Amino acid sequence: MAIRACLGLMILLVFSSTISTALFEDQVGLADWHQKYIGKVKHAIFHTQKTGRKRVVVSTEENVVASLDLRTGDIFWRHVLGKIDRIDQVDITLGKYVVTLSSGGSILRAWNLPDGQMIWESILQVSAPSKSLLHVPANMNVGKDNLILVFGGSSIHALSSTDGQIVWRKELSTNSLEIQQVFQPHESDIIYALGFIGSSEFVAYYVNYKTGEVLQQSKASFKSGFCGEASLASDDVVVALDASRTYLVSISFRNGVINFQQIYIPDLIPEFSGKATLLPSKYNGILAVDIASSIVLLRVKGVNELEIIEKINYPSAISDALPLSKEQQAFAILQHDESRIHFKVKFDTDLTSEVLKETIQMYGQRGNIEKVFINNYMRTDRTHGFRVLVVMEDHSLLLVQQGEIVWSREDGLASIVDSTTSELPVEKEGVSVAEVEHSLFEWLKGHFLKLKGTLMLASPDEVAAIQAIRLKSFEKNKMTRDHNGFRKLIIVLTRAGKVLALHTGDGRVVWSVLLPVLRKSETCGNPFALNVYQWQVPHHHAMHENPSVLVVGRCGHNFDAPGIFSIVDAYTGKVHNSLVLEHSVRHIMPFPLTDSTEQHLHIVIDDNLHAHLYPKTSDSVKIFLDEMPNIYWYSVEVGKNIIKGYSLEIKGEQDMAENVFQPKELWSIVFPCESETIALTATRKMNEIVHTQAKIVADQDVMYKYISKNILFVATVAPKASGEIGSATPEEAWLYAYLIDTVSGRILHRVSHQGAQGPIHAVVSENWVVYHYFNLRAHRHEMSVIEIYDQSREDNKDVWKLVLGKHNLTAPISSYSKPEVTVKSQSYFFTHSVKSMAVTATAKGITSKQLLIGTIGDQVLALDKRFLDPRRSVNPTQSEKEEGIIPLTDSLPIVPQSYVTHALQVEGLRGIVTTPAKLESTTLVFSYGVDLFFTRIAPSRTYDSLTEDFSYALLLLTIVALVAALLVTWALSEKKELREKWR
Amino acid sequence: MEKGKGLARRWAVEFAENSYSSSPVDVPDPMGFSRSSSDPDDASASRQKKEAEAAWKAQKAWEVAQAPVKNLLMMGFMMWMAGSTVHLFSIGITFSALWQPISALQGVGKVFEPYKDPRVDTLAPKLLFIALNLAGLVLGIWKLNTLGLLPTHASDWVSSLPPASEVEYAGGGLPVH
Repeated sequence: MAIRACLGLMILLVFSSTISTALFEDQVGLADWHQKYIGKVKHAIFHTQKTGRKRVVVSTEENVVASLDLRTGDIFWRHVLGKIDRIDQVDITLGKYVVTLSSGGSILRAWNLPDGQMIWESILQVSAPSKSLLHVPANMNVGKDNLILVFGGSSIHALSSTDGQIVWRKELSTNSLEIQQVFQPHESDIIYALGFIGSSEFVAYYVNYKTGEVLQQSKASFKSGFCGEASLASDDVVVALDASRTYLVSISFRNGVINFQQIYIPDLIPEFSGKATLLPSKYNGILAVDIASSIVLLRVKGVNELEIIEKINYPSAISDALPLSKEQQAFAILQHDESRIHFKVKFDTDLTSEVLKETIQMYGQRGNIEKVFINNYMRTDRTHGFRVLVVMEDHSLLLVQQGEIVWSREDGLASIVDSTTSELPVEKEGVSVAEVEHSLFEWLKGHFLKLKGTLMLASPDEVAAIQAIRLKSFEKNKMTRDHNGFRKLIIVLTRAGKVLALHTGDGRVVWSVLLPVLRKSETCGNPFALNVYQWQVPHHHAMHENPSVLVVGRCGHNFDAPGIFSIVDAYTGKVHNSLVLEHSVRHIMPFPLTDSTEQHLHIVIDDNLHAHLYPKTSDSVKIFLDEMPNIYWYSVEVGKNIIKGYSLEIKGEQDMAENVFQPKELWSIVFPCESETIALTATRKMNEIVHTQAKIVADQDVMYKYISKNILFVATVAPKASGEIGSATPEEAWLYAYLIDTVSGRILHRVSHQGAQGPIHAVVSENWVVYHYFNLRAHRHEMSVIEIYDQSREDNKDVWKLVLGKHNLTAPISSYSKPEVTVKSQSYFFTHSVKSMAVTATAKGITSKQLLIGTIGDQVLALDKRFLDPRRSVNPTQSEKEEGIIPLTDSLPIVPQSYVTHALQVEGLRGIVTTPAKLESTTLVFSYGVDLFFTRIAPSRTYDSLTEDFSYALLLLTIVALVAALLVTWALSEKKELREKWR
Repeated sequence: MEKGKGLARRWAVEFAENSYSSSPVDVPDPMGFSRSSSDPDDASASRQKKEAEAAWKAQKAWEVAQAPVKNLLMMGFMMWMAGSTVHLFSIGITFSALWQPISALQGVGKVFEPYKDPRVDTLAPKLLFIALNLAGLVLGIWKLNTLGLLPTHASDWVSSLPPASEVEYAGGGLPVH
């Protein structure tokens, strides 16, 4: 017995290496990459006065406040504020703190400029979130405690800039007040605050800077109303636009006396038509008006006298004024001329001549200039030099200085809308010999170094060289398909309408294209990007063609706005075809069916519920008509609390000719409005592959999974509890989970969770659903799993029938056969709140699954599906233990080593996408938010390949040594035998 | 045992050559010489010797036939040692337990060849030998089954079946936004 135990132990040691999937420090960066972005820049403040590191502080539409190196564009520090914590304004105070105003003027924070540490934070009482203004006085008197003024809602707060204490607070006792302009005349203690009350009343306040006392207040109403924009022209004149945006209204408010003067814009600018917009800029006596085709600079000569100075044709952009001295201000004008940009700097004192004129050549597709921020520096000859920070249409950020683009950042990648993957081209035959030899030599050298490392003979320099070789592996960055399927292109669509292809090896941008149809045009005023789909994946018939993707967009935010299609080549980024559709896009259904050129069939459902087939070829129509009786679709209407199922039918000749299909309503599920509202729906991924339909449980028993692609998971919550956590008591909160068959509308399962509420996240895969919610009774997050099994196949258990193939397990099944189902479920506590959830996907579906959970800390946690197995029990039997069932615990464990993102954070995490590699054990994981992170993971470890750091050289060396030993001993034995024979 | 076998053969071969030299040479026997009526003393001695040899052969054949019993016991012990979980050791033992009887069965003729004799009945020992080896094989298969390596359950046949395809296809969901 002792021998047996001993043997058992030995074998156990041999066969069970560590279970953990964590990686070592030197493996970081081998398979993964991480890219940091900030998003589209809204404000930029330069900090270049002092010697030392020159930087620019920016705030972005992704609610990021960051400090960038002005020389390289690298991020010094960065803070991503919450999704709802919108940054209103950013400024620098005392020359050492960055001040941000966010959340509709209710949160003011100060960050240390050199390292980004938070110095103080103040929560301000604002009655209603409204347009808010931050005023940081410019006087830089050292020793004097500068006050920061925040105008928001109907109140003014003054805060000490050293510690954020509220010094005084003034309620302006008027509702619907919107302060438009705040300024402080030089060397005065009086703050002028100008704004509108409602839409027709103008108000000016004179406030004491030190005490907050309102010294004077004057109001006047204007009968035709304001549109809510105002620009300060001088110390006592403000120019506003009236409600129709066709009149400029100049308002003088000297000494509390308010006078209005209307100027009809066409009188001033004859070619004007449409609507004007005031550009927010602070110039002395100059006004910038954006009319539809150009920007017009106007000089305000008096209260009722305006004069055109210059007209700048579109596309162009103009910067804010940069004060150079007390009298002189400079501003930049950037103008497009195809691929070139003309960059001009002018002083407001002399508008006729230009201080600086440069032409910059633009490469790549970046679109028009959206914003310009100007900064100056002193040249060696004591004259002013200028640099500009440019925000482009694709949200990228450039620094232009001395006629050159010093650096650029592809910050559109911070706002990815959707993504897909594409295979790389197959490697061509006939690679030149020299290249091979070179790479062979390199290969040998690399392996020799590695061998040294393995044998602990390498010096520190060599260790560093080994690491560098591993990180910059030529293999992983090749532009061809590899055997394991690790090299792919990730094709992402950004909010700006730009499509970029990223290489999975190192994350570099292979190509990018700013789609012309997704740019503002006359036909499509407000286009935005929706989704990206696989359009053509050639593998059999059209091998010589490149794969392509379909980008779908919409002209405007209403559901009835026309849709936009664009087909982009996945290898080159060439736009094959793009069109604005005649109908809207409400649903898009990609089919697994393809036509003769391997284009995937897509059905687009428009707002009138008509179905349109793409591509519109006779071939695809024929294929589609064959399949049409089996095609159904459903629509989830959250507002109406209803789910409806439809089939397609053809009514009349016209439909036939235009390939338009009419909906035929089949079923509907109406949720009771008073007790349930739809909170979330989830479905299986269309391309998920399942290996087997059977689940083998303990004692060789079989359970048949209910595997259907037409399962819809719907979670509904109590209407009272649909808000934030804590907005409802446990008694009035509940959550219902439904599993619905979307073909027949049958509810397969329904379960209620009392005292539970959202936010809910769910993932559906194979025959199970995992969902995450908040349990109000336990004050903890919970995760539940539902597994669904097919009861009607349960009697297929006769071995002989199965051996002889006399069963119907592989026969196609219909949802209308209404198979009986059984359900197993279980719930567990989970520590984290969740931002996003996904599940791993492998090529054949054999490898066990892991859940990928985007945690609140912006990391991705991999959790084995085994922990979410409804068959877990407190004391599993021996056979269950052998099967791998983990004893039940009340909460799911979080193993620190199982963070896929290891030490990194994917700031602002929004989505996790998994793609199978060719190697069955491996899944590619791409997670995006403000940052991008890519890695590959093996949920059951890489059982089908040797690891990266496997020493081939050592293997080779061992073989060589063995062969040598064999030869030597053979020779020796021959010799000995000969000697024996002679004896 | 091996040594004895070799000796017996050498001796038998030499003897046979002398006794059965049925005129390889073309010289006829001399007149009045009858080969059958040789020396009666010699004849009886050789018959006795032959009988003794046959008895010895039969005994040896029975011994050989019973040899797998030892093997069987040894295998049984090894299997008990290996336990019922699947790992390298138990698999190795099981497969050797399966392989030994099979190879022995394949070489039944060869094993009993030395004892082939018209006067010796090798059928019974052969049958015993075969039976014992079959028992060994059954033991091996039983072990294989206890390890769960025999496809005797429905689960073994079902897990390779792909999921059934679906007739219907449904798409849609929330309106894209």
